[in-house]
Amino acid sequence: MSSQTMTVVGGGLVGAAIAYGALRAGMRVRVLDQGDTAFRASRGNFGLVWVSSKGGKMPRYASWSRDALKLWPNLQKELVDLTDVDAGLEQPGGFWLGFNDADVRARADLLERIDREVGGIPFKMMDPSELRQYLPGIGPAVVGGSFCPLDGHANPLMLLRGLHAALRHRGADVITGVDIAEIRHDPASGSFEAVSQDRQSWKSDRIVLAAGLGNAGLAAQVGLHAPIASTRGQVLITERLKPFLDYPTNKCRQTREGSVQIGSTSEDVGLDDGTTTDKIEILARRAVETFPALARARLVRAWGALRPLTPDGYPIYQESASCPGAFLATSHSGVTLAAAHCYVVGPWMAGLSQVPAGFEVFTGDRFLDADASFSHDH
Amino acid sequence: MTIEPLFTVPGAPAGASVTIVFEGTPLRVPAGITVAAALLVGGVREFRSSVVGGVPRAPYCMMGVCFECLVEIDGVPARQSCLIPVHEGMVVARQLGAAHLDVFSPGEEP
Amino acid sequence: MSAAADLVVVGCGPAGMAAACEARALGLSVIVLDEQPALGGQIYRNIEAAPADRVAVLGKDYEAGRSLAAEFRNSGAGHLHGATVWNVAQNGAVDYVADGRSRQVVGKAVLLASGAMERPFPIRGWTLPGVLGAGAAQILLKGSGALPSGPVILAGCGPLLYLLAWQYLRAGVTIAAIVDTTAGSGYLGAIRHGVGAVRGWRDLAKGLKLIATLRRNGVRFYSAASDLVIQGERQAEGLSFLHRGRRVTLPASLVLLHQGVVPNTQLSWSTGAAHRWDGEQLCWLPETDRWGRLGETPLYVAGDSRAIVGAQASATQGRLSALAVAERTGRAVDSGRRTALLALFERQSHIRRFLNSLYRPADANRIPRDPAVIVCRCEEVTAGQIRGYVELGCRGPNQTKAFGRCGMGPCQGRLCGLTVTEIIAEVRGATPDDVGYYRIRAPIKPVMLGDFVD
Repeated sequence: MSSQTMTVVGGGLVGAAIAYGALRAGMRVRVLDQGDTAFRASRGNFGLVWVSSKGGKMPRYASWSRDALKLWPNLQKELVDLTDVDAGLEQPGGFWLGFNDADVRARADLLERIDREVGGIPFKMMDPSELRQYLPGIGPAVVGGSFCPLDGHANPLMLLRGLHAALRHRGADVITGVDIAEIRHDPASGSFEAVSQDRQSWKSDRIVLAAGLGNAGLAAQVGLHAPIASTRGQVLITERLKPFLDYPTNKCRQTREGSVQIGSTSEDVGLDDGTTTDKIEILARRAVETFPALARARLVRAWGALRPLTPDGYPIYQESASCPGAFLATSHSGVTLAAAHCYVVGPWMAGLSQVPAGFEVFTGDRFLDADASFSHDH
Repeated sequence: MTIEPLFTVPGAPAGASVTIVFEGTPLRVPAGITVAAALLVGGVREFRSSVVGGVPRAPYCMMGVCFECLVEIDGVPARQSCLIPVHEGMVVARQLGAAHLDVFSPGEEP
Repeated sequence: MSAAADLVVVGCGPAGMAAACEARALGLSVIVLDEQPALGGQIYRNIEAAPADRVAVLGKDYEAGRSLAAEFRNSGAGHLHGATVWNVAQNGAVDYVADGRSRQVVGKAVLLASGAMERPFPIRGWTLPGVLGAGAAQILLKGSGALPSGPVILAGCGPLLYLLAWQYLRAGVTIAAIVDTTAGSGYLGAIRHGVGAVRGWRDLAKGLKLIATLRRNGVRFYSAASDLVIQGERQAEGLSFLHRGRRVTLPASLVLLHQGVVPNTQLSWSTGAAHRWDGEQLCWLPETDRWGRLGETPLYVAGDSRAIVGAQASATQGRLSALAVAERTGRAVDSGRRTALLALFERQSHIRRFLNSLYRPADANRIPRDPAVIVCRCEEVTAGQIRGYVELGCRGPNQTKAFGRCGMGPCQGRLCGLTVTEIIAEVRGATPDDVGYYRIRAPIKPVMLGDFVD
């Protein structure tokens, strides 16, 4: 095992995956996590393991997501073997369903362009009668769709539990119920100190900021730039139902437990992770239009969670130039990218492997250009 | 199907009654009571089977908070039988495990 | 399109009905939404339709509901039964489902009067058919005149348990045994509140008379029983317990459990209101002002959903909340009326601390020691699994919920929430206030997706 210690600030899906990846590569790892009522994007994740249409404005993100999907089965198996926790990965392919012809045409153009630019992201456009062969319950509102054989889904909560169980199993030091307020860097020794609001502190040789929304305030303390804002997503969850939906779709998916998740909204509402009647109604109606049989399914939970988003919606992965050994990772796709965060990013941030090729596009410095303007799909 | 009822309504035959059908068997029950009460006095012990372990369950709270009394009523799955009054001709079935959605509309081929 | 009213009341039990009456008397427009098929709440369930012989069995306290029901009928308040409230917003908008359609009514003020529920009694076998709450059995009696067909065991503690036994005796039901879990120390602790109890002597005398009557009628009475286990594989076959150091097993196909009632706080939690753990009542109570108002919102809470006070005091509290609402909406309120109601409330609620202390449910009956005991009935999560998730780093019930689905079922945590908080608190060596509760969100009752479609 390495004599060096790495502290990961944040025990959500991103932090836990990177921490576990560093740990299994031989690093000593400490994870600092908040408590029960933290804003946890990991708890509101829709659960898609998805590449289709991603990276339309950043080809490296498309290939990164594509490659992450290939690594996922290994993570799934490793977590089951080590901890008995089944993260529920299924990769049968996934559907995007469109309600109007213009959207369907735009979808076809986008997928065609991404596959041409990036390669290895196949898709097939389908009309309703072909869609019905795979999704027998779709309603007349669906006028077309696309299928990508790489897409799938998993259970984000079991993934999080599995990662935490694996961390403990392999001897990581996981400290819960702490809010990190300050990161100190000692240039002489090159070491870092994470200080909590209640003035506890932890020293380490390396530090990884994976604190979701919290990264925005911590990044500058180690010379990084992470303009992260929140976008609220509301999700509906039904009671358990007998299996009727064999494939995940962009509008809803049936979990292995049987409940159907219906998502999701995208709202700029600051730090409000509540739910609202109007959005619940919109999501419910859209679900019933997509699968009319869902009219008889009961809604048991609505959920609001805050996605930590950069201005262009793509991740930041970066080592600090001024404080070497300090890293930042932020992404709202903690499920899709889990295996890549574990097997690729973890060892890199632990100093046990080289920076992945082409990662310069993921630095936060891209947001420093005063003339640039950004938009994201969320 | 049904066995010795856990509960009984003394003098019930004298009052108004309705007939409901439970799992294909007609049950003559007092009018104005809830489905859960009707099934309990009709000798039904197992209302549903649980969604995880598949073990028998029956009403626990009788006031709408425990969701143990779920049955299928007139084709709609997972209804709270303790909140719904009986009506003549009501068709009731056990809720076995998770609710089943019929994804095919009538007349459509599976 | 939303309807509107000066006051929207959720729940048509004593607090809700009385508040509606008081508000109407002061000229407010009132709409009462209630999930149940008829008015009365649980305590006065079916009060308008219950036949005379049934009312005679249930006794005077039940019969007292008739005058309140009549007053409510004549009050001019709107009453929607079969209306499932699924969301209450901080601005007074209330969403509910009735007749298969979600609708909204906006109140200048909203009174949450969702009453109480029986405290969960998590022991081995409590999920078996044939095990019900004693309150559930009493609801069956009120609503349908249904009585146990064969010998029944009543187990646990609290006034309702003895009341039901007394009602059963009057109706000729055979009670196989009363297995009383009230600890010997409960009687000692209760003496501390003896002075208060003497002022509520009528209630106290009533309670003691009940127990004496039961004993006189030859009902087998096991006191200070512990380590209860329901016997049976597919249905209840008996109850086993420790009594004076020896294990007793009694056969029965019907076991009625009870260890008090707790506020039904899902609605107040869902609004984001602060709650605190009450160490006497061993449950969460919403933080309100004197009149039941939640923070700076137009939302109020009255009756047993605010803190357990009983039917009569709940009605009085509902009236006091209505006065506060009337005043806030510009009506002149007679201060003499308020003073009189406050005095009445004091008299009606004085015995409460004594009862809390006497019938404090035993730790082992709230926090299962046996790891195999099911805590979450919906998702079938055990006490041992919850402890395991805490070992894995979970500090509160939202994390154990995420890790093990505990609280994710249709009851939305109502039957497991208190237990989970107390288990986590015990393992962590923390207080329930430190541990917290589920983040309760809309819909606070399951609604069908089709209820949102025209």
